[in-house]
Amino acid sequence: MSKEDPSRNKYRVNENENENTVEIYINEKPYLASPTKTILQVALENNILIPHLCYDPRLKPQGACRLCLVEVEGMPEAVPSCLTKVSDGMKVTTNSSHINELVRLNLELIISDHPLDCMTCESCGNCTLQDLAYMYDIKETRYKGRIHHKKVLDDNPFIYRDNEKCILCGRCIRMCDDVVGASAIGYAKRGFESEVVPAFDQPLTETDCVFCGNCISTCPVGALQPKPYMKKARTWETTMVKTTCPYCGVGCQINLHIKDGKIVNVSSDIGKNVNEGNLCVKGRFGFDFVLSPQRLAYPLVKNAHGEFEKVSWDTAIEIVSTRLEEIKQKYGPDSIGILSSAKCTNEENYLMSKFARAVIGTNNIDHCARLCHASTITGLIPTFGSGAMTNSVEDIKYADVAIIIGSNTTEAHPVIGYEIIKCVNYHGLKLIVIDPRDIPITKHATLHLRHYPGTDVAVLLGIMNIIYQENLHDKDFIAERTEDFDKLIPCFSSYTPQKVQEVSGVNEKDLITAARLYGRAKNALIFYSMGITQHTCGTDNVTAIANLAMMTGNVGRKGAGVNPLRGQNNVQGACDVGALPNVYTGYQSVEDDSIREKFEKRWRNKLPEKSGLTVTEMINEAKNGKIKALYIMGENPMLSDPDILHVAQALKNLEFLVVQDIFLTETGEFADVILPGACFAEKNGTFTNTERRIQRVRKALEPPGEAKEDWQIICMLSKAMGYPMDYKEVSEIMDEIAELTPIYGGVSYRRLENSSLQWPCKSYDDPGTKILHQKSFSCGKGKFIPVDYKPPAEVPDREYPFILTTGRILYQYHTRTMTGKVEGLNILAPMATVHINSEDASKLGIKDKQKVTLETRRGSINATALVNPRIKKGVLFIPFHYADSPANKLTNPALDPKAKIPEFKVCAAKIKPAL
Amino acid sequence: MEVSILPKYELKESEVKIVEEIVSKYKGKKGSLIPVLREIQENIGFLPVDVQKKVAKELNLPEKEVYGVATFYSLFSMIPRGKNNIRVCLGTACYVKGGKKIVEKIEKELNISPGQTTPDRKFSLNVDRCFGCCGIAPVIMINGKVFQRVDPEKVMELVYENEK
Ligand code: SF4
Ligand code: SF4
Ligand code: SF4
Ligand code: FES
Ligand code: FES
Repeated sequence: MSKEDPSRNKYRVNENENENTVEIYINEKPYLASPTKTILQVALENNILIPHLCYDPRLKPQGACRLCLVEVEGMPEAVPSCLTKVSDGMKVTTNSSHINELVRLNLELIISDHPLDCMTCESCGNCTLQDLAYMYDIKETRYKGRIHHKKVLDDNPFIYRDNEKCILCGRCIRMCDDVVGASAIGYAKRGFESEVVPAFDQPLTETDCVFCGNCISTCPVGALQPKPYMKKARTWETTMVKTTCPYCGVGCQINLHIKDGKIVNVSSDIGKNVNEGNLCVKGRFGFDFVLSPQRLAYPLVKNAHGEFEKVSWDTAIEIVSTRLEEIKQKYGPDSIGILSSAKCTNEENYLMSKFARAVIGTNNIDHCARLCHASTITGLIPTFGSGAMTNSVEDIKYADVAIIIGSNTTEAHPVIGYEIIKCVNYHGLKLIVIDPRDIPITKHATLHLRHYPGTDVAVLLGIMNIIYQENLHDKDFIAERTEDFDKLIPCFSSYTPQKVQEVSGVNEKDLITAARLYGRAKNALIFYSMGITQHTCGTDNVTAIANLAMMTGNVGRKGAGVNPLRGQNNVQGACDVGALPNVYTGYQSVEDDSIREKFEKRWRNKLPEKSGLTVTEMINEAKNGKIKALYIMGENPMLSDPDILHVAQALKNLEFLVVQDIFLTETGEFADVILPGACFAEKNGTFTNTERRIQRVRKALEPPGEAKEDWQIICMLSKAMGYPMDYKEVSEIMDEIAELTPIYGGVSYRRLENSSLQWPCKSYDDPGTKILHQKSFSCGKGKFIPVDYKPPAEVPDREYPFILTTGRILYQYHTRTMTGKVEGLNILAPMATVHINSEDASKLGIKDKQKVTLETRRGSINATALVNPRIKKGVLFIPFHYADSPANKLTNPALDPKAKIPEFKVCAAKIKPAL
Repeated sequence: MEVSILPKYELKESEVKIVEEIVSKYKGKKGSLIPVLREIQENIGFLPVDVQKKVAKELNLPEKEVYGVATFYSLFSMIPRGKNNIRVCLGTACYVKGGKKIVEKIEKELNISPGQTTPDRKFSLNVDRCFGCCGIAPVIMINGKVFQRVDPEKVMELVYENEK
């Protein structure tokens, strides 16, 4: 089918939106501009001030405040510049006396019923209205309005609203509706009484509010405040440090406002960077952990009574280096294993890899990416040649259709979720959600396919079959860019809609609608995450997604591609710089002689030739007695790995365990030596986000007590073991990475100072790569690889009749070592809950909020039931964050044969009221 | 109107049925928010929070939107009319002669402010400017009947005697 088919959607957003093709005059000076922009946008880009109160670059302009009026030659009246697009030859005046008088008038009207208590206002110094009053020298107004006596609404942990200061610009409402998609607040009442409130004036906690605080960030006055940060500092008393959010793979850019060694506010630059100034609740409010009294501040050694004792760094380093050396001598280097960390920087992960390989002499290094996205690598490398997200977040607006499969985007990657919702609302994006649960983003979807957990391949094969039958596949793309399509056909042709309905529970009609939507789209994106990867068939799931994208030609363009959303802040980077058992930096194989020689030369040491063990294998071998020592940096396998009883046995079996972390974790309890690390706010470095974007992390605070930056600890240890690593600054480590790594070849701190770079970035004049596989795939031709549907390793039976699936929730993160210390987050999500369908619950006599016992073949836990009509019948869901109800006591450690990723997402379970 | 301090008004079974019928008639139809609210207002006389929540759910709209519309038009009310309507005059003459005390007494006794209705929907209380019979101040009206020279201490007896 040709791409000109009229049934295909048109591009929603002009791809050339940034091309400056027209010339306009502002106050008699000429400027080049793009005709897709408004006068206000062009003026602001060129630093010409036009006052505005209801405009925010993140929102559709509304034209409510009438402050942005300008004169345009040939138009009878002044026009709002935020609503007027530029055109060639347009002559604009922004500063005539007429305009000034109009603006003054409007400002006076606004100020007439605004309380003038700037002296005590939290927003003093950071308020657009105050700035404008100053600029237009408005001290008093000619209109003596009544001043309102409106309410303060703050019965929730995070958002403080003082409606007396509200100027009713509506920005917070549009933000909440159009971008966040929560629709928690709106106008109520009318006339002078009119105000912005949650429905029925109830607390925000009773609404769908997600406490992102993006309403606060758009408010031009002081009506909305971040409650936990109030009364901490005046704007001008703080210093601001730009850095990267430490929570998830979106990599939002944040500003830490520091006063007296404390974080007193968090903001983000509006309209810039991957997040455009939007944040989620964790990235805005989740920082109490930094100054928590529970932070590890001194090195600890376990004494003869099994208690931890404070020691000096010299002693700690001496113990660790001698013990590791002894074990290496006695059992060989491969008896030592190293777990690096997706929370730590690229530089630290690189040093950890160098330490494992060049100092210890083993390739036994891995990190928790295994538990999340190893199947992305094993699925995408053979098909595309690269395992990373093919597109950028800014690309979403060019897509007509997006499929989200196995990703609870608004909870796990909130800001990408908000971007998708915004594109649905502003750019006509059609969204298809394929997920067993009625996750929040389905509210914005055109179509929701609710399949049984673990039947993704069947659904995807069904879609491919319909696309092929209806001749919607892209024959040119298949012929020119790919190979082996003929091998794919037999594997999907038996998956008729009827068969798919039987296997997956997805209605035939919906499947056909979904296939047509995706098949006919001009540009379509697929997003997926752990709902796809954490299965015994994880590799097959990913391969099926790749096949579907290739057969419709949806790879390698703006708005078309395959996008695995990486979980932790730096899981992409930890993989990129070689914290993996089989590759050095940039996915260069350790088994390739010429590559190994390159690294041997640079690292001045002989390197091991065989790939090392994965996390899961290291734990197994520790239990079997082959691994004698583990050095774990910033990971908590006691909570994050499948089947934690097994992990406990393995850790007990070790001769020596070193744990380097910012808190004493469940894993740390087993350690012989604990080394206190620095958290993200206390170190310099880089993180690489899910769209391959390398961004700076900057030091804003000193670490507590004697804690040290992790890279410094590795250097100390390495030196003690006879291999000095002398880096004066982290930038030198990045220079070394660039030297050894083609895809990071052009990365340097100088270039990262004011921006970010997306790899591949091969030389210092390479601007980086926004979209992968544009002309050809990383591996040349894309390769179709046949896959067939296989049921999950454990399916429900009479004894264990439910399908149990696990995942994340918005208010907690990973194993809660960080979010567990944020008061407001614990108020919103205090305990582990099991989500159960209302019909199932009533059959079993389970009531909402009742304590229940959940049991699988591996163990049982207690949790609180959350009865919900929207979860599919026969399915239970539990978040994995809570130590007192560890989900991973229940999950099945059965592995994907290729990726060795455990099947967190499906196992058989039973549930009953707790005794 | 302070919505957050409004009492919770229970609907009678017959009213619940009426609401259900109206909502199901419009379910899934776009742009039907105002007609639905109007029909409910006409039939049961007010729009309690629970009804608005139900409308939001069935019409697939955010609750805040329903609430915004319900509070925007003066046609809609979130407070039911009580079975008995008490109106107290606060015109100058009545005010001076103790009208204020009468209001306070009723407020205290029924635990509602002017403009409100008791949770059992038996009594509504309203205040007015001058009934045009200042000569017999202070004056109140119960279910349309005027009572003259009312003693604030005895006003509740008057109310209960004339209750429907
Ligand atoms: S915090 Fe976020 S979800 Fe809550 S009202 Fe503000 S914008 Fe809406
Ligand atoms: S709270 Fe702020 S953003 Fe919202 S309407 Fe009022 S002034 Fe505008
Ligand atoms: S979306 Fe992710 S990176 Fe952005 S603020 Fe939230 S947790 Fe941080
Ligand atoms: S910014 Fe244009 S009308 Fe408010
Ligand atoms: S003041 Fe009450 S009747 Fe005139």
